[in-house]
Amino acid sequence: MSTNWNITLRINRQKGQNAPHFDDFTLEVHPDEYLLDAIERVWAYHDRSLVFAHACHHSTCGACGMRVNGVEKLTCITPIHEVTKDGGIVKIEPMRNFPVISDLVVDLSSLYARMEMVGHRAVLPLSEEPAKIGVARVVHAPDDDYLRLSDCIECGLCISACPIATTTSDYLGPAILAGAQQHGLNGDENLLSLVDCVNGVWRCHHAFECNEACPSFVDPGTKIMELRNAVIVARIKSLFASGK
Amino acid sequence: MAVDTNKPSSANWWKWFDPRARDVGTWAFILNRITALGLTLYLFLHLVVLSTLAQGPQAYESFLNLIKNPIYTFGELLVVIAGIYHGLNGIRIGWTTFFKGAPIQKQILYVVLVVALIFIIFFAIRMFTT
Repeated sequence: MSTNWNITLRINRQKGQNAPHFDDFTLEVHPDEYLLDAIERVWAYHDRSLVFAHACHHSTCGACGMRVNGVEKLTCITPIHEVTKDGGIVKIEPMRNFPVISDLVVDLSSLYARMEMVGHRAVLPLSEEPAKIGVARVVHAPDDDYLRLSDCIECGLCISACPIATTTSDYLGPAILAGAQQHGLNGDENLLSLVDCVNGVWRCHHAFECNEACPSFVDPGTKIMELRNAVIVARIKSLFASGK
Repeated sequence: MAVDTNKPSSANWWKWFDPRARDVGTWAFILNRITALGLTLYLFLHLVVLSTLAQGPQAYESFLNLIKNPIYTFGELLVVIAGIYHGLNGIRIGWTTFFKGAPIQKQILYVVLVVALIFIIFFAIRMFTT
């Protein structure tokens, strides 16, 4: 595709305690550009008061997670042609289930604190990578083409997408439980108590929106199911251990 | 200072039933919730109906005559549909939890829907033709 498109970005605006509203920005874009590039252009040429988070522009930092037309996306790897057409409107909102700081930026501190609580490590060495092949292979790519490590980038998209996290902030959430699974229970009673409770692994209701939202192939929903099994095994073991 | 309008809240319970911009896993989740509520409602209705037995055989007979109406048969079919889907989806949930079915949860759901449809058609024909 070589011709440019005219699209409208309908962006959530929210400052302080004021009620949120949407502002429209019409701009010319190339359909192969990424959405984050268009948002940056809005900030650069239309409204310098627009607040959004971004850093690496290649899906490593996890800063630019937003809702695009209602769906959780990492905007730095979301091509414009995937979410709209020429003359179309793209609705951009902050992630759900986190307090909004301003416009498109949410407060992710609860996510970071909980990740630390379960002993999550930001990057796993390949030797400890739980995925069978170590890296996630692109399905439609040549055999020797690998996409990226399946490490959590702590973007928060999975928690934003989770319908259960919408109704309670007590639920640990997909990223945290996946972090606990990657860390491993390893006989850690504190971690076991943390995840084996009503707001831990048993709160998940199998919507698997987290797997759909995850841009890093962590598949948190699958990890939660694996953690459930690990919890059951640990509990059975402790049953026999206490009987000795 | 962060504002609270986007925070999780129990007041958002209705969003569980909002299928917009959601994937098939959530549709299965929504259907599971709706069928569970339907079956619970039916349980209470069932108990209310059974209570007519206490009013004597005549009262119960007149009620049985009332439910021969096709509208009631359709209502009973809805109960059957709810029971079939809820039961089969329960197997799917057990499979994803305990038997490494999570990576293929969508495919399992499609199988559940096809099997459910076969059962539903079978029961619908039986209920409306006998």
